[in-house]
Amino acid sequence: MAKYKNNNLLFPGHTACAGCGQNMTAIHVINAFGPNTIVSDATGCLEVTTTKYGESAWNVPYIHSLFENPSAVASGILAALKSRKQENKKTTNQESEMPNVVVFAGDGSTFDIGFGLLAGMFERRENITYICFDNEGYQNTGAQASGSSPLGTETTTTPIGKMSWGADQQKKNMVAFAVSMGAVYVATSTAAYPKDIENKIRESMKYQGPKYIQILVPCVPGWGIDPSKTVEVARLAATTGFYPVLEIINGDVIKVLKTSALKPKIEDYLALQGRYKHLFKNDEGKKIIKKLQKICDANIEIYGLCPTCEEHQILMQYRDK
Amino acid sequence: MKKLLEGSQAIAQIINRCKPGVVSAYPITPQTHIVEDLAKLKADGEAEYEFVRTESEFAAASVVLGASAAGTRTYTATTSQGLLLMLEVLYNIAGLELPVVMTCANRAVGAPINIWNDQQDAMTVRDTGWIMLFAKNIQEAVDLHLVAYKVAEGINQSVMVNMDGFYLTHTMEEVNIPEQTNVDRFLPKFKPVDFLDVKNPKTFGYLATQKEYQEIRLQLHEKVKNSRSLIIKTMKDFKNSFGRTLEPVSTYKTAGAKTVYVCMGSIYGTAKIAVDELRKSGKPVGLVAINMFRPFPDKEILAVLSKMKKVIVINRAVSLGAEGILTTEIKKALYGKCKVKIADEIVGLGGRNVSVEDIKNLLV
Repeated sequence: MAKYKNNNLLFPGHTACAGCGQNMTAIHVINAFGPNTIVSDATGCLEVTTTKYGESAWNVPYIHSLFENPSAVASGILAALKSRKQENKKTTNQESEMPNVVVFAGDGSTFDIGFGLLAGMFERRENITYICFDNEGYQNTGAQASGSSPLGTETTTTPIGKMSWGADQQKKNMVAFAVSMGAVYVATSTAAYPKDIENKIRESMKYQGPKYIQILVPCVPGWGIDPSKTVEVARLAATTGFYPVLEIINGDVIKVLKTSALKPKIEDYLALQGRYKHLFKNDEGKKIIKKLQKICDANIEIYGLCPTCEEHQILMQYRDK
Repeated sequence: MKKLLEGSQAIAQIINRCKPGVVSAYPITPQTHIVEDLAKLKADGEAEYEFVRTESEFAAASVVLGASAAGTRTYTATTSQGLLLMLEVLYNIAGLELPVVMTCANRAVGAPINIWNDQQDAMTVRDTGWIMLFAKNIQEAVDLHLVAYKVAEGINQSVMVNMDGFYLTHTMEEVNIPEQTNVDRFLPKFKPVDFLDVKNPKTFGYLATQKEYQEIRLQLHEKVKNSRSLIIKTMKDFKNSFGRTLEPVSTYKTAGAKTVYVCMGSIYGTAKIAVDELRKSGKPVGLVAINMFRPFPDKEILAVLSKMKKVIVINRAVSLGAEGILTTEIKKALYGKCKVKIADEIVGLGGRNVSVEDIKNLLV
C-alpha cells in the first residue's frame, strides 16, 4: 500500500459510523490544539471508537478514566504539570513550557452525570479547556434522552406513544451555566463549521482560566439522519437560530454567527431527522414545532442573529453564486 | 526524636516528608485532621505539593488519578461514605496501575449514619485491586506510609493504608517521625516510566473487549497476589533503615497457645491485655494481627493457625447475610489444610467500645 502522509493528531482511523459528526469534528479540534496537548476524555463514542486495545488513534497523550470525571482528571493532570514544572525549575533553573490540558466529553457526561465535577473545575479557575461534543442524547448506549435533548425529541427513554410526543423538557442551558461559573471563554459551534471551531480553539488559548466550548455534532443513527446530511443538519441547526453559534469572552457576547439570508424555518431542520418525524403527523406535533420555532426566534432576538441589511446583501450574493 | 503527636498530625507530617507532587482530598470525619494539617503545612510554606481542593471524594480520587497518570507522586485520604463514593474511581486507579497512596481512617457505613470506627468501609472495597495495609497503632500508621509509597512505585499499583478512625486519628501517642534525609534515602524521588508526556504520547484507559479483558484482569490479579514479596522485602528494608519491625502478620504469645484471637487494626492493643490476663489465669491463648489484608497473607496465617485448636476471629465488618468478612478470609486461607475450629465474632461496630473483658468473654 502506498504510504501517504497524514499529520492529523487523531490518526490513522477510528471505528465510528459513516457520517459521524463527533469524530470528524474531533480531528479539527485536536489539530487546532496541536501536539503540545494532553487529552482527558470521558466514556462515550469518541473514546470507544478511537482507543480499542492496541489500536489507539491518538497521537497526543490521552487518558480515559470514567464517564463523569474527565474534568477532575484534567485538574489532576494540570496540578501534576505545575508540580513538575516547579521541580524542573528548581533542578535546572529553566522555565519549561506547559502543555494544553483539554477535556473531551459528550453531553451525557457534561450536562448530566459529570455536571458537579465540571462545576468543581470551573470553581477552581484552572487553565483547562473543556470541549463538549453535544449530540443531544446518550447515543452510545442507543439514543436515550439526556439533559441536552431538545423538547419534542424522540429518544428511547422519551418514546412516542399515545401519551407522549417525545422529550418533555427543554434543553439545559449549559452555555449560561458556564458563563455564570465564570468561564473566561465560552463558545458554541456546530460540526458544519470546522474553520470556526479551529479559530475558536486558537482564540481560547489566549485566555488563562477555565474555558468551555460546546459543539453540536449530529449522530447518524441516534438522530435518524442520512450519513451524507451530517453537515447540512449541523448547518441548519445554526442558521435557523435553534443552536446559536456564539463567542462569549469574560461574560460578554463578542461574536455571533448570523442566521442565513435564506431564513430557514425550524421545519427545514427537523424534517431531515427521524427523531422529529412524529412532529409532522398531527396537531399536537405541530404545536411542539411552533414552540421550537419560538426558541429559534427568541435566540435570534437575544443574540442578534439576524443579518443587518448590509450583511443580508452580502449573504444573498453568495447565495446567487 | 520522639514527639507527642495526634495520629492525624503524624500522618500529615510523614506525607509531607514523602514529598508528593499533588495532594487532593475532601473533608470527612474522622479523616479531616489529616487534610486540615496538610492544608496548613502548605499555607505555612512548609510543603511543596499542589493542594487541590475538590467538591467531593469522587473528584478528589479523580484528581489524584489524573495527577498520578501525569507522572507525580500523589496522596489522598478519606473514610466511610467518602471511600464508597470513590469506589468507581478506586477500581479505575487500580486497573490503570497507578501508584496512588491513600489513607483510610476506618469508619462505619450508614444507614444508620455513624461517624465512629469499624472497618466496614475498607472491607467493602477489598476487591478493587488496591494493596491494603492495616496499622495497629499510630507509629505503625506513620511507618506504613513509607512502605506504601515504596511498594506502590516499585510495581505501579495503588496502596491504601488503613488506620482506625478516632482510635488512631484523634488520639495522641509518642511518635517517631523519620528525619527528612532518612526518608529521602529510603524513598528516592519518583521517576515515572509511563506517563502522560507530550514528547512520548501514550494512551491510558483503552477499551478492552471479550478478546483481551479477561487476560488483563487476571494478570492484575496475579500482580496484586505477587506484590506480597515486595511488601515483605520493603518491610524488612524498613527495619534495616529505621529499626522498627513491620510484618504482614503479627503474633503475640502464640507459642504454646491452643486458642488464638485474630484481629486487625487498633483493637490489637486491647486484645494483648486480654491475652495477658487470660495467660495469667492459665488459659493457653495467643493473638494474631493481620497487617496486610491485600494481598492476603495466606501462608503466614496457615503457619500460625494450623497449630491451634481454635481460632476466634474478631471482625469489625460484616458481609450482611453471610458472616464477618475477616472470618471468610481466614477460612479461605485455611481451607482443606487444617482442621482448626473457627469462631466468627462480630464486635465494635460503629465505635461500640470493646473492653478487655469483652474480648476475654469471647473465649467461652
